[in-house]
Amino acid sequence: MLTFLALTSVALLGIVPEQSQAIVIYTGWERHALVGSDIRLSCSFFSWRWTSEDVTFSWTYRPDGSRDAISIFHYTGGAAYLDNKGPFRDRLEFVGNPGRRDGSILLKNLELSDNGTFTCDAKNPPDIVGRPSSVRLLVFEKVPIQAGVITGAIIGVVLGLLLLIVVIYYLMRFLVARRVFSLSVSKHGKKKKEGSQQRQIKV
Amino acid sequence: MLLILLGVLILHVIILILLIVSTAATAWSVGNSGGKDLWYKCSTNSGVYGCLPSSNEDWIQAVQALMILSVLFCFFSLIAFLYQLFRLVKGGRFFFTAIFQILASVFVMCGAIIYTVMCPEDKKIYTHFGYAYVLAWVAFPLCLISGLIYIVLRKKE
Repeated sequence: MLTFLALTSVALLGIVPEQSQAIVIYTGWERHALVGSDIRLSCSFFSWRWTSEDVTFSWTYRPDGSRDAISIFHYTGGAAYLDNKGPFRDRLEFVGNPGRRDGSILLKNLELSDNGTFTCDAKNPPDIVGRPSSVRLLVFEKVPIQAGVITGAIIGVVLGLLLLIVVIYYLMRFLVARRVFSLSVSKHGKKKKEGSQQRQIKV
Repeated sequence: MLLILLGVLILHVIILILLIVSTAATAWSVGNSGGKDLWYKCSTNSGVYGCLPSSNEDWIQAVQALMILSVLFCFFSLIAFLYQLFRLVKGGRFFFTAIFQILASVFVMCGAIIYTVMCPEDKKIYTHFGYAYVLAWVAFPLCLISGLIYIVLRKKE
């Protein structure tokens, strides 16, 4: 029994480090933005190793409907290299912090032709085996309305008004009933006074 | 008296069924190969019948809301009718029932008018209006007449 446990633990210790060598990269899944706005595409990674000085980030861009991807950003050896010839020249800015495993970039002044897939690839030597992660960018002229928002709003407002009218109706009935009650008490008092005056005159 | 009440009740139930079918059936605009309504557009492409969600424009959502509200108000008026049938004083009028029924007819009218004016643009696939659209237009005057009957109706004993 003990030898069996020892063998399994040694085997696990042998397997786990192999698995943990993979680097896991996180970006968003989809990003929506309006024409002319700026957007920050975030990229970070998880690695079992300490953040090395030779950590690299690289972003590539594949336009919608195209099969080729071009490289637009690369960070290596402590310096960031931005696109100066491609579709994003003068529109790209590095806003990440490689020491904190953040390789985010900022895209400024978006155009309709920027629709496409952005892929971030990060490497943390010696941890270099990993799968790049992609984020899809959708640029709109105006904000599209989600399905059912207006429907729900109209139905909610009308039903709410109905409820309000019913509540007000019953409240008014309740209040008028109370006022009628107090009115009859004061009338009763007046009548009693007149009756006693008449009796005095007669006598 | 009983006969009149039964007739009015049957009319009300028929209107409710018409409204429900009109709201749900995929036949507001039809063409050779498919139908389109407030929720989906369905068509047969090369032998395969498939449905896609309808476009999310503002006016379709408004028509959806108005049709749903008309079904709800018709249902409320049916419940109000049954309630007032047993609880109303002698000689009283079916006030709530009439109000809800007339509101339901107004909503159906607005929904049908909005759909007619802003009717979907792809005239090549969906060539003319379908039966669900016709049912909505039929339900509107029936609902109005039913509401007016409720205003005139008095509870006798």
